[in-house]
Amino acid sequence: MSAKQNILNKLRKSLTGTTPVPDNFDEALVTEPWTYTPEQRIPQLRKLMEAVHTEIHLTTAHDWPALLAQLVCDRQLPSLLIAPTTAHGQKVTAHWAQNPALPPLKAYDRPVEEWKAELFNDTPASFTTTLGAIAATGSLILWPTPEEPRLMSLVPPVHFALLKASQIRDNFYSVQREMNWTAGMPTNALLVSGPSKTADIEQVLAYGAHGPKDLVVLILEDA
Amino acid sequence: MSSLIPAVVIEDFRERAHEALADKQLRNNFRNAMDSLMTKRAVSFSNAHEREHLRALGNAVRARALSKLPDLLERLEANLTRNGVQVHWAETVEQANDIVLSIARRRAAKQVIKGKSMVSEEMEMNHVLGAQGIECLESDMGEYIVQLDNEKPSHIIMPAIHKNAGQVADLFHNKLGVEYTKDVDQLIQIGRRVLRQKFFEADIGVSGVNFAVAETGTLLLVENEGNGRMSTTVPPVHIAVTGIEKVVENLRDVVPLVSLLTRSALGQPITTYVNMISGPRKPGELDGPEEVHLVLLDNGRSQAFADSELRQTLNCIRCGACMNHCPVYTRIGGHAYGEVYPGPIGAIITPHMVGLGKVPDHPSASSLCGACGEVCPVKIPIPALLRRLREENVKSPDAVPRIMRGQGSKYSRKERLMWNLWAKLNSSPALYRVFVKAATRLRGLTPNNVGPWTQNHSAPKPAARSLHDMAREHMAKKSGASR
Repeated sequence: MSAKQNILNKLRKSLTGTTPVPDNFDEALVTEPWTYTPEQRIPQLRKLMEAVHTEIHLTTAHDWPALLAQLVCDRQLPSLLIAPTTAHGQKVTAHWAQNPALPPLKAYDRPVEEWKAELFNDTPASFTTTLGAIAATGSLILWPTPEEPRLMSLVPPVHFALLKASQIRDNFYSVQREMNWTAGMPTNALLVSGPSKTADIEQVLAYGAHGPKDLVVLILEDA
Repeated sequence: MSSLIPAVVIEDFRERAHEALADKQLRNNFRNAMDSLMTKRAVSFSNAHEREHLRALGNAVRARALSKLPDLLERLEANLTRNGVQVHWAETVEQANDIVLSIARRRAAKQVIKGKSMVSEEMEMNHVLGAQGIECLESDMGEYIVQLDNEKPSHIIMPAIHKNAGQVADLFHNKLGVEYTKDVDQLIQIGRRVLRQKFFEADIGVSGVNFAVAETGTLLLVENEGNGRMSTTVPPVHIAVTGIEKVVENLRDVVPLVSLLTRSALGQPITTYVNMISGPRKPGELDGPEEVHLVLLDNGRSQAFADSELRQTLNCIRCGACMNHCPVYTRIGGHAYGEVYPGPIGAIITPHMVGLGKVPDHPSASSLCGACGEVCPVKIPIPALLRRLREENVKSPDAVPRIMRGQGSKYSRKERLMWNLWAKLNSSPALYRVFVKAATRLRGLTPNNVGPWTQNHSAPKPAARSLHDMAREHMAKKSGASR
């Protein structure tokens, strides 16, 4: 018999005569302590994310491309990786086109195998959108897509992320329910709650372990 | 197996514990770390009402999952398969290693990069793949440090917690040839540099799993460093290895469990990354592994599952809070246990994996103070299970039903006889009176050396008169006076 059958047979035999524990999931326990008014959501998210070294900027749907350009210049970043076919990627492209002095844009427009070395060694920063955020834990929600792939928010040392204030939700439970996650999960879904960090040496907190060293969030207050 | 673990050259747990107790540096490192972890946990659960309700919910979620475990495993497999993930089953660590090896051979893999996985430690995967000429490198900073020093993790969440920055500085200087620095930021940047190249080169990424969601066919991993995301996204093949107990029924079930896990382990409201993987790269996607595999490992878990009390061991979500709060673990550290899982959870899970006979002292390595049970986020009654294992350990090896592999490893006919006599003595009043009379009269003859007890205590001497005797006299006097 196969390992699978052996394991399942053993487990089934052990459960003989028992009934499954009923599903009494009390959602109030994971929602009530973590509920906020619309006015509280940005400050709550900001407090938690800044506590773990996230840089947060409040801006608007009109102004953010200019702010992004400013931040890229302030940090003297030599280039910025974008997802060229997304709506926000196109806005960046348009703004950059009007400002030829800005550092060059790179497009993630081909399979990683074709430019892996460049991604790892010569891509200092990236810009992606988010699906929303969670106020209770200070987390961004990312669902990478074919247009905006997984490694964009992981390999470059600086990650800029765009967040619409209207997409900040209260807690992980409400996110799953309101966005109907059980209907189908993407290849990869992520909660990102700050830049990469570790406390593995003597419990001393150090940022920039394996993922981005800097996470910069642009919150669109009017979107 | 144990030849890989320098701290385990001594075969006997008691001797290893003695050695650890004499190591001031080690004790300092653990004391500082455990104090800090306990404080962080307490702060993140500042509302006791919320904490206790959440623990009850966590317990209910795990108990429900275990109560339908075989069905959920089949549902998990069906949904993962639908998503394109290949699911493998292994009863033993040998079978699990064979599965990983056959994937590695088919892919002609030379380099494997690992996210953090305790199940891969059960499998001794680094060693097994290494023996076949496949480099298997740890990428969690703590795991990388202990692997570089040919050690094993001493804590399930903080693998290198037994080392201080100076010891890591020496190690990096000697093994990597970098300039000596004790600066933690610089040390981490050295690790980042070395391991980035390894993520880039690796043929296969290996990870563990924190929760496997049957409903959606999703593998959920929590981490702070990003090495888990790297290991599961960059290499062309991702192999996840996990125990059969890690499945939960619904996606919503992970909401309380993730919160309990990160707050209990590190005092964080959430880890930097919660990574939910539901399949390999789809057509049109530009990155992610082409193949994703899940290896489901039994390795003794079905033995714990067979007994309704011991089954609760499998509620564990591997947060490490029980070890952080354990007065024994804090003093002897993780290596003294000599096995993959140290501390209270190790004492109750390891006997199912390796047999009681190999770890006869583990269930006794506890003062039964109860701290582990009090802090367990999924309410495993660890002290009760420790007592239960002590019972299994002194049963006759031939007693049926045989619940534990290696049962009765501390069975002694002499001891059993003594306890039978003791029971008889205390349940028969006539016999008891004769015994007490003899004990008080002959008290001068009791030995001064009664084995281990007298190593640290003075020998017990019966009193000249028994309490019964004095009470009788007292009552007689009292009734005489009141008359």
